[in-house]
Amino acid sequence: MNSLLEVFQRPDFLSQLVVHVELSVVALLIGVAIALPAAIAVSRSPLASTIVINIANTGRAVPSLAILALVFPLLGFGFAPSLVALVLLAIPPILINASTGLMQVSPQVIDAARGMGLSDGQILGRIKLPIAAPVIFAGIRTSAVQVVASATLATFIGGGGLGELIVLGFQRNDLAIQIGGSLTVAMLAIITEVSFGALERTFTPKGLRIARKHRGK
Amino acid sequence: MFDWGWVSNNITDEILPALIGHIYLSFVSVAIALLISLPIGILVSRYRKVYPPVTFITGLLFSIPSLALFALLVSVPGLGLGSTTVIIALVSYSLLVLIRNVVAGIDSVPEETRDAARGMGLTNRQILFRVELPLALPVIVAGIRIATVTIIGIATIGAYISGGGLGELIFTGISRNFPTRVIVGAVLATLLAVLADLTLLAVERYLRPWARTRRA
Repeated sequence: MNSLLEVFQRPDFLSQLVVHVELSVVALLIGVAIALPAAIAVSRSPLASTIVINIANTGRAVPSLAILALVFPLLGFGFAPSLVALVLLAIPPILINASTGLMQVSPQVIDAARGMGLSDGQILGRIKLPIAAPVIFAGIRTSAVQVVASATLATFIGGGGLGELIVLGFQRNDLAIQIGGSLTVAMLAIITEVSFGALERTFTPKGLRIARKHRGK
Repeated sequence: MFDWGWVSNNITDEILPALIGHIYLSFVSVAIALLISLPIGILVSRYRKVYPPVTFITGLLFSIPSLALFALLVSVPGLGLGSTTVIIALVSYSLLVLIRNVVAGIDSVPEETRDAARGMGLTNRQILFRVELPLALPVIVAGIRIATVTIIGIATIGAYISGGGLGELIFTGISRNFPTRVIVGAVLATLLAVLADLTLLAVERYLRPWARTRRA
């Protein structure tokens, strides 16, 4: 127990935790910045949306270690190549959910909005995005949890992060470092999951919540 | 950058065994997970109260990053490095998806169908095996598909704790700075995952004849 506490006081513990969070946050932000506009761009054509969803679904099947491993021969070791790999991992879940969410907005609602004289931009900003928001946030949550977990693997291509401590524990046969690193990553993943879940509920428009209650859900 | 010579020289003594080992690891894990999830799922569909705690525990297991779970399991006395530890981790990752889909599958059976079966004199056990489970099958297979794809991906990391499989090629390739190994391992793992995804999707569609005719 004491040796476990010592792990948390190591100078590299805090710095690797910071690198881990940095990798995850930046990768997620870039992922959202790419996937969301892409989903919006294809959202007016059901065919294009379906194609994008199918491609992203196949992308989701690609193992995260495989993506990191394939980035390594192309871009080499380090923080930036790890970041590229994590962005690639962050995109598919957001793309799938955003496209699905935008496609599921009922045509009657859009017709009504058009009848009220809303422009295309207004329909997107005031109707489609708010209605699709819960589904989009569910995608961002999936993506965030996956990125935090996969950032652990960045250590294998020299990206740093908490995986570094786990690997160090293995190499030195030091159980305390190994367990300390693992527990911290696990906590980080669970915190991400829980807080993004809360975010998802916050971003569900009031109208949708009332409608859900009326449907008895 | 890509050494085709290495590939043709090592296909039988290194690449194929790694691929077969990977398929074995994934298959055994999904099979064990299914054997655990089916009875739990059936139980949960009968006693709703246990559903929240079951999803809480399996959800917790699911969200632990794989390298962390591997490292924690290795430190458990009696487990250590090796494929058994990898299989335990892979099984624990599949439980959430499989149990959720077994429950959702049984839930999707219309109450009228159950009533009709009861009216025909079927016992509860007969209703389960002849009506509920067959009708739940497409949803259960959908769960098997997600679990299989997830497991094929995570199994690559299992090589780090000596579980074998395609991850072995990736890790040795990185440590020896030999990109060909890395690419072969990563590409085969990707192909395996995508192939499993498409195959099980086809099985799922085949088991849902009503959806097929509706779409046509």
